[in-house]
Amino acid sequence: MSEIRKVLIDPLIDNNPITLQMLGICSALAVTTSLLPALLMCIALTSVTALSSAAISMIRHRIPNNIRIIVHMTIIASLVIMTDQLLRAYAFETSKQLSVFVGLIITNCIVLGRAEAFAMKNPVGLSFLDGLGNGLGYSLILISVATVRELFGAGTLFGYPIFELTRNGGWYPANGLMLLPPSAFFIIGLFIWVIRSWRSKQAEPADYQIHEVHRTDVY
Amino acid sequence: MPDKKKFDRDSISNTLIMAIGLSLVCSVLVASAAIILKPTQLRNQEEYRQRIILEVAGLMQPGGDIAALFAAVQTDRVRIASGEDVEIYLAKDGDELQQIILPISGPGLWSTMRGYLAVAPDGNTVMGIRFYEHGETPGLGDQVDKASWRDLWVGKHIYGDDGTPRIKVIKGFVRRDASNPDAIHEIDGLSGATLTGNGVTKLVRYWTGPEGFGPYLESYR
Repeated sequence: MSEIRKVLIDPLIDNNPITLQMLGICSALAVTTSLLPALLMCIALTSVTALSSAAISMIRHRIPNNIRIIVHMTIIASLVIMTDQLLRAYAFETSKQLSVFVGLIITNCIVLGRAEAFAMKNPVGLSFLDGLGNGLGYSLILISVATVRELFGAGTLFGYPIFELTRNGGWYPANGLMLLPPSAFFIIGLFIWVIRSWRSKQAEPADYQIHEVHRTDVY
Repeated sequence: MPDKKKFDRDSISNTLIMAIGLSLVCSVLVASAAIILKPTQLRNQEEYRQRIILEVAGLMQPGGDIAALFAAVQTDRVRIASGEDVEIYLAKDGDELQQIILPISGPGLWSTMRGYLAVAPDGNTVMGIRFYEHGETPGLGDQVDKASWRDLWVGKHIYGDDGTPRIKVIKGFVRRDASNPDAIHEIDGLSGATLTGNGVTKLVRYWTGPEGFGPYLESYR
């Protein structure tokens, strides 16, 4: 029971794929300008991670070592294509906004990372939950970033106006920076700072200690 | 696995079985997803195309029924220089022609861009432009479908005095003063998307030129 809790809850904060493992950043920058595409991307990535982990775990005793990455990629790619097809059929408008990023789930390091690091060594149920947990960890960050960006960049949430924009006669001047990719960098950076101050265990020791050097020491 | 010790997963036979078996299973799954979902996707695409036609003509109402609104748009066929019949759309208010909506397509930077150009009944003034299908660079070339850029087209004149298409996506901003008599034909460029812009110029000029709808539009001028 505690193990199930661990694989499902740990990736949310303590072992978050984005803020601790620094994986999947590129899609986190690209699809977080508004909440709806971000949410759809989260659902897509979470289902692909969970299902691919389960599928890989199911055949883990039979996967030959020397083609294991290709086997992972084949399974992941098939799941991604199916997800993309489903989105095009049932969420056409949003899938247009997500453009290439659903396809790029194939190369998302979180998916392959969980397959290689966890699913190859653990039973099916646990691998599925591990994929689910990591997907949810990714989703937590994406949704938070998208909330900040949409709210301050466009004054809306899910397209519904929250802040009345000055251009529509309201009080809030939209912050255009929030709609550009760099803002996601800043926001994710701030999240990492907050999480590492709170869970100080995550803070890494400095690679290099800067000493204060006095002139007299040099000579 | 009943007897794990004896089973050699790295053997050539197992590698081949796994590779072939997995490819088969995955291809069947992918193919069935594509085939089962195809009708729904095509319906979406068709509906999207109709919505674009309505939007380029400014007839789209938020929350309106696309099929019903589209039924009000008259479909016509125009024979172009290649002998091909091309479907165009005429938006009318009663009997009075409001806009001529012409399909346009051509190469951008990476992809074939497909869209619609709405022209006023004078056969010269642009009323709107929309692309419903393109594969231009996300964030740069894909701005061709951004509302703020599309709006720059409205009111521009396609033809010069000699009747040849003069409309052009330029680099940078259009000088809007007396020293630039071409301002009426020029549209601001998209930074980072010069080649996409050149593609748009070429395809709009092609379709409004003698090989496209040039002769047809001339009948209105």
